[in-house]
Amino acid sequence: MSRIRTAPPRYWLVALAVIFFFGLPTVMSSYLASEWSQALILAVAIMGLNILVGYSGQLSLGHGAFMALGAYTSAILVHRYKMDFLVTIPIAAVFTGLVGFLFGVPALRLSPLYLALATFALAVVTPSLIKRPDKLTGGVQGILVVQPDPPQVAGNAYSAVTGTVMTSDQWIYYVVLFCALILFWLAWNLARHRPGRAMRAIRDGEVAAAASGINVAGYKTLAFGISAFYAGTAGSLFALSTGFVSPDTFPVSLSIQLLVGAVVGGLASIPGPVLGAIVAYFLPIASSQWVPSQTWLPDQVTSTVKNAGPAVSYGAILILIMMFAPNGIVGLVKAGYTVLNRRLRGVSDPKSGQMPSDPETV
Amino acid sequence: MGTLLEVADLSVRFGGVVALDRVSFQVEQGQVVALIGPNGAGKTTLFNVITRVYRPSQGTVLVDGRSVLAIRPHNVVRHGLARTFQNVALFRSMTVLDNVLVGDHTHTKSGWLQASVPLPGAVAAESAARKRALEMIDFVGMRMHADRPVATLPFGVQKRVELARALVSKPRLLLLDEPAGGISHEEVDAMARLLRRVHTELGVTMLLVEHHMNFVMGISDRVVVLDFGKKIAEGSPAEVQRNPAVIEAYLGAA
Repeated sequence: MSRIRTAPPRYWLVALAVIFFFGLPTVMSSYLASEWSQALILAVAIMGLNILVGYSGQLSLGHGAFMALGAYTSAILVHRYKMDFLVTIPIAAVFTGLVGFLFGVPALRLSPLYLALATFALAVVTPSLIKRPDKLTGGVQGILVVQPDPPQVAGNAYSAVTGTVMTSDQWIYYVVLFCALILFWLAWNLARHRPGRAMRAIRDGEVAAAASGINVAGYKTLAFGISAFYAGTAGSLFALSTGFVSPDTFPVSLSIQLLVGAVVGGLASIPGPVLGAIVAYFLPIASSQWVPSQTWLPDQVTSTVKNAGPAVSYGAILILIMMFAPNGIVGLVKAGYTVLNRRLRGVSDPKSGQMPSDPETV
Repeated sequence: MGTLLEVADLSVRFGGVVALDRVSFQVEQGQVVALIGPNGAGKTTLFNVITRVYRPSQGTVLVDGRSVLAIRPHNVVRHGLARTFQNVALFRSMTVLDNVLVGDHTHTKSGWLQASVPLPGAVAAESAARKRALEMIDFVGMRMHADRPVATLPFGVQKRVELARALVSKPRLLLLDEPAGGISHEEVDAMARLLRRVHTELGVTMLLVEHHMNFVMGISDRVVVLDFGKKIAEGSPAEVQRNPAVIEAYLGAA
C-alpha cells in the first residue's frame, strides 16, 4: 500500500490514461472508435519519430515513407499470401526497421540540413515509387485489406460489458491499443536506461559523447532503425484500420503531420507523442468544422481555412507552440506542475541555480 | 612506475598552419604534468589528437606502449583516457546524475534490446551504475545538485560535474583542459584541492592544460611548455619558471 501512496503523480496519470483508452470504445460509436484508432496509430508513428528527432537529434521530414512501407508490407502479405493480418504486423515492423537501419547508414554522412532535405525527398517520391511496381502494389488503385471480425472471446467480453455486439472497428481499436501500449512501454524503458541516455548525449554533444565511450555512428543508425520499426508498425496498423492502402494514403503532408505532432506534444518525452497525436489528428477536423461556423470571423479567414484544409491549423498551432511552449504540451504541464509544487510545498527553485555557500568539497 | 603516455614527434597541420611541430614528451605513471603556453600554442590541439578528435600529420601517441591513433574515438576511454573540455561540454538538457551516468557508459553493457524489455541483468546494471555515479557526484561534492538539469547550474558547479563524468569512467590518465578557467578565486583553490584528492585518493595520473600559473605551480610535478606548436621547455615548475625561453614566450623578448 505504501508503494501505491508514495507513487509519483505521473504513475497515476499513466494508470488514468490506460483506463481511459481501454474504456473509450465502450462509450462511443463504432465510427468514433475508428477515429481514435487512427489517433493512436499516429501516436505510435510519432513516438518513433520522437526517438529519432527528440532523443537522438536527427531530423526526419519523411517518416510517412516508413509508414507506407509498413502498410504495404502488411497489405501485400495479406492480399497475395493470404496471411492473417495480426501475423503481418510484427513482420512489417521488423522489415521496416531493417530498412530504416540501412537508411541510417548513409544518413550519418549528411549534415542536419541535408538530412532534412534527403528525408523530405523520400517523402515526396514515395507515392510515385509505390505506383511503379503495379503488379505488387496495385498501382494507383492500391490494395483492399479485408478487416477481420472480432474473435469470439473478445466479442463475448465486449457484449458482457456493453450489451452490444463488437464491430470490427472496435476490435481493431483494441489491437491498435495493445500494440501502442507495448511500444510505449518499450520506448519508456529504452529512454530511461543506458541506450536512451547515449542517444540524448549524442544530441547534446557528439564530441563529448564519443569521449565518454559512446559509439556515435552506431547509436545514430540504431535510432533510425528503432524509429522506422515504430513507423512500420504504425503503417501496418493504418492499413488494418482503414482497410485500404493506396499511394495517396501517404502524401508528404502525412510526414509533416507526424513532425507537427512530435513538436506539439513535446520532444524527448514519452507522453508527448500521445498528446501530439491527439492534437495532430483532431485539430484539423475540429478546426475545419468550427472555424467556418464562426460568423464573427472575416469571410477571408473562414474561406482560407476551408480551402487550405489542415495546413492552416498546423501552421498556426506550430507557431503558437514555438512561441509559448517550446517544449510542447508536456513541457508546459511540467513547468506548471513545478510552479504549483513550489507554491504548495516551498521546494527550492531548480531554475535559479542557487547553491549553498560552502559546497564542502574538501 | 612506467611511462603511461608517450607523445613522440607529433605534428598537426591545418592547411598551411602548423599547429603542432614535432612535439615529444612523456607522462609517467602517477605524475601530474601541466601543459602551458601562450594562447594558440597548440595545447588543446594536442589534447584533441590524444583523444582522437584530430588526426596528426605525423608522429605517435602511445598509451602503455600501445598506439592510440589506431583506435576509434569512442574507444579511447576504454583504454583508460578520460578528458574534460575547455569550456565545459556537458549534455545540457540532462541532469547532473544523467551526465555522470553517461560517463559510466563503458562499464555497463546493456544494449537496446535488454534495456527496452528490460531484462533483470539490465535493471541490476542500471542500479549499480547509479550507485557508482552518485558516489562520484559525492566525491566532487555535488550531491545536492544530482537531480538538477546541468544547464541551470553555475559554471563552477558544471566544471565539477564534468570532472565527475570523466572520473566515473575510472581513467588511468585524466586530461584536463583548463580546470581552473573561468571560475572564481575561491573556486580555483577548491578545484586544486579536489584535483589533489583525485591524484592521491583515486590514484589518477593527470595531464592538464592551464593558464593559471599559481594553480599549475602548486599542483604539477612537471611542466611542459609549448609556443607556436613547438616544445620550448620542460622540467620541474621551478626550473620552467627560471627558463629564459619561457619568460620570453610569455613576456616577449627583453
